[in-house]
Amino acid sequence: MNKISLIIQREYLTRIRKKSFIIMSVLGPLIFAAYILIPMYFATLEDKEVKTLAVIDDSKLFTENGPNGPVFVLPGTKTLKFQVVEDVPLETFRNTFEESDYYGVLFIPSNILASETSLIYSTKQVSLEVSEYLERSMDTEIEHLKLEQQNIADIEKILAEVKTSINVRNIKWTRDGKTQESNTGVVMGVGYLGGMMVFFFIFFFGSQVMRGVIEEKVSRIIEVIVSSVKPFQLMMGKIIGVGLTGLTQFMIWMVLSFALVTGLKAAFFPELNRTPTEQVISSDLFEKGTPGQDQLQGPNQTETDDTSDVVQEIFGSLKTINAGVMIGSFLFYFLFGYLLYAAMFAVIGSAVDNETDTQQLIFPVILPLILGIYVMISAINNPDNGLSFWFSIIPFTSPVVMMVRIPFGVPWWQIALSGSLLVATFLGMTWVAGKVYRTGILMYGKKNSYKEIWKWLRYSS
Amino acid sequence: MNIITASEVVKDFSGHRALNHVSLEVPEGSIYGLLGPNGAGKTTLLRIINQITAPDEGSILFNGLPIGQEHRPMIGYLPEERGLYKKMKVGEQALYLAQLKGLSKQEAMKRLKIWFHKFEIEAWWNKKVEELSKGMAQKVQFITTVLHEPRLLIFDEPFSGFDPINVNLLKHEILQMKENGATIIFSTHNMASVEELCDHITLINESETVLQGEISEIRERYRSNKYQVTFSGSDERLAGGLDPRFELLGVEENGMGRRATIRIKSEDEGSGDLIRNLVEITEIKSFQEILPGMNDIFIQVVNDTIKKKGADHE
Repeated sequence: MNKISLIIQREYLTRIRKKSFIIMSVLGPLIFAAYILIPMYFATLEDKEVKTLAVIDDSKLFTENGPNGPVFVLPGTKTLKFQVVEDVPLETFRNTFEESDYYGVLFIPSNILASETSLIYSTKQVSLEVSEYLERSMDTEIEHLKLEQQNIADIEKILAEVKTSINVRNIKWTRDGKTQESNTGVVMGVGYLGGMMVFFFIFFFGSQVMRGVIEEKVSRIIEVIVSSVKPFQLMMGKIIGVGLTGLTQFMIWMVLSFALVTGLKAAFFPELNRTPTEQVISSDLFEKGTPGQDQLQGPNQTETDDTSDVVQEIFGSLKTINAGVMIGSFLFYFLFGYLLYAAMFAVIGSAVDNETDTQQLIFPVILPLILGIYVMISAINNPDNGLSFWFSIIPFTSPVVMMVRIPFGVPWWQIALSGSLLVATFLGMTWVAGKVYRTGILMYGKKNSYKEIWKWLRYSS
Repeated sequence: MNIITASEVVKDFSGHRALNHVSLEVPEGSIYGLLGPNGAGKTTLLRIINQITAPDEGSILFNGLPIGQEHRPMIGYLPEERGLYKKMKVGEQALYLAQLKGLSKQEAMKRLKIWFHKFEIEAWWNKKVEELSKGMAQKVQFITTVLHEPRLLIFDEPFSGFDPINVNLLKHEILQMKENGATIIFSTHNMASVEELCDHITLINESETVLQGEISEIRERYRSNKYQVTFSGSDERLAGGLDPRFELLGVEENGMGRRATIRIKSEDEGSGDLIRNLVEITEIKSFQEILPGMNDIFIQVVNDTIKKKGADHE
């Protein structure tokens, strides 16, 4: 046992002191932060430019007389202003448009009620934001006009009473009789993130185990080491050491990403709301809610304004995903999924003399992982159908597929079954891997094929 | 007391028997040579003694007990294909390997300081192995092999790849370790080093033991009844006066005078008869039996077994 811990120590320390580890640790969160912040940055870029539309209103339906001349009835937004122009023909604009500061010219024809069409003239494509705003608000304005023409008394009051906005909210009944609200999109996002991370970590750190085995074989130190320790101890020490490296990297990424996103956002975009991802990190990973807080108020919750509604919904949805269960199962499936695959990667490493020979052997090993990703994508939409169920039970795909199912709520017996099958398969696979590894590490210049590996498996210990 | 007793060891690889009922006994405190052509099975046997692989049949005893995990720290092994972690620093790596052999970090550090000083390589402590030359790396590897002061040292082809200076260093250290009570087993092609160092040998050919025993006894067994005589006087007189029971194989000049090689034809005649004949016909300056070199014995035995196998097949 003491020797295994020496090996773990060496594997761990040499890896975390590598330049590539340090670079990856810093770069990972930067990429992660960039992924979140760059779209935010572009969004704010768009916001800052104030666009002014010249309005030619032939219908006179959208113009009111203000103190300083005619005013457009639509209020505009922070970035969209209107300026009504009278007695200037469209042709004049066409000729002088380049010199003007106008974003475009909105032409409302006199027959707009019948044609239901207005036109924007511009030298460039008008942004979706502008055209959607115009369509929406002109619709409302004209609907109002038409209603007024019906001459119904108290029309404003009736309209206010009639106005409806249906909001479909998903309330879950949990086993212990509580009700919880969840947003399917957020739950899908969390599941997808979890599944992808498990896949990525298994693949990345599994390959590191393989490379480590090849390194020992190529440098020929392997024979010295296995004269001091059992090959199985060496293999397990390496697998555990690399696994700890993976966990360390994961922790560094989480902490740095959180710090980076919070810091940069506070510095550059103080006006922006927190993004869902941050909320995932901040509320669920770092401030593990107590079980009591996990419960949201029921459907009879009071009305709030739009923004806080969204935030509330995201928070509520995140809280239906039990943070403890999510982190616990991530660690479990990452750990045992990694252990299972790392043993197979170690076998491949032991069977070859250099890294280029690994390709044909690696394919059958990563096939189930890739299959797991495909099933995971389907399972996001159907977390409880037969396909998702079986692939979350089968050990080779369960680490990826179960991660995406867990946020939707999975019966305990399924997690227990999937988990114990995974552990059992890991134990069996490690036993088999140890036998093959022991022979493979001393073989040089052999044709590497699964037929050869099968032979090694049957050699006596 | 034998430190290693291997009995009837058999090891099969797919379609190929690497060791066929090989037995040997290594007396404690001796230097034991394991000889044989390439591919004879020497490395496989050494790996079995090192518990890197296990035999299919037969057993290995260490000090009379079945060999096990507890014996690993008592053995130091320098494999034929030498290697260290290239990216690891020299000192750190030596410490790691010593700790795997059961030394405490402090003890390993203390001993490493002494060895690094002895080999004058203190300046390499913080260098990466990949920055070292081959000869430098070999010194480091040798230190890591002997640092835990094992009772049994196993060297697979220790002299191959070492430059002559390091070979001498190695020989010196091997003899030193023997003096300190350690037992050394090494495999080699270098017959000069066998004559110089070994007390016992086993010659393996095509997976089987073909020659085994104390080196002086083996040389005795393969004596060819040839003698070297340095004399003064004329060659003709020597050739003319020699009794027909003796055969003059040749005469050459050496620093002290003329040197003749003479074979006694019959096993029944002794060297005394030859001397009596020689004093009558010439003046003897020196008289010496030519014992066969291990090189000759090696070649002879290997060729004999090949011939024998060929005959068996016919």
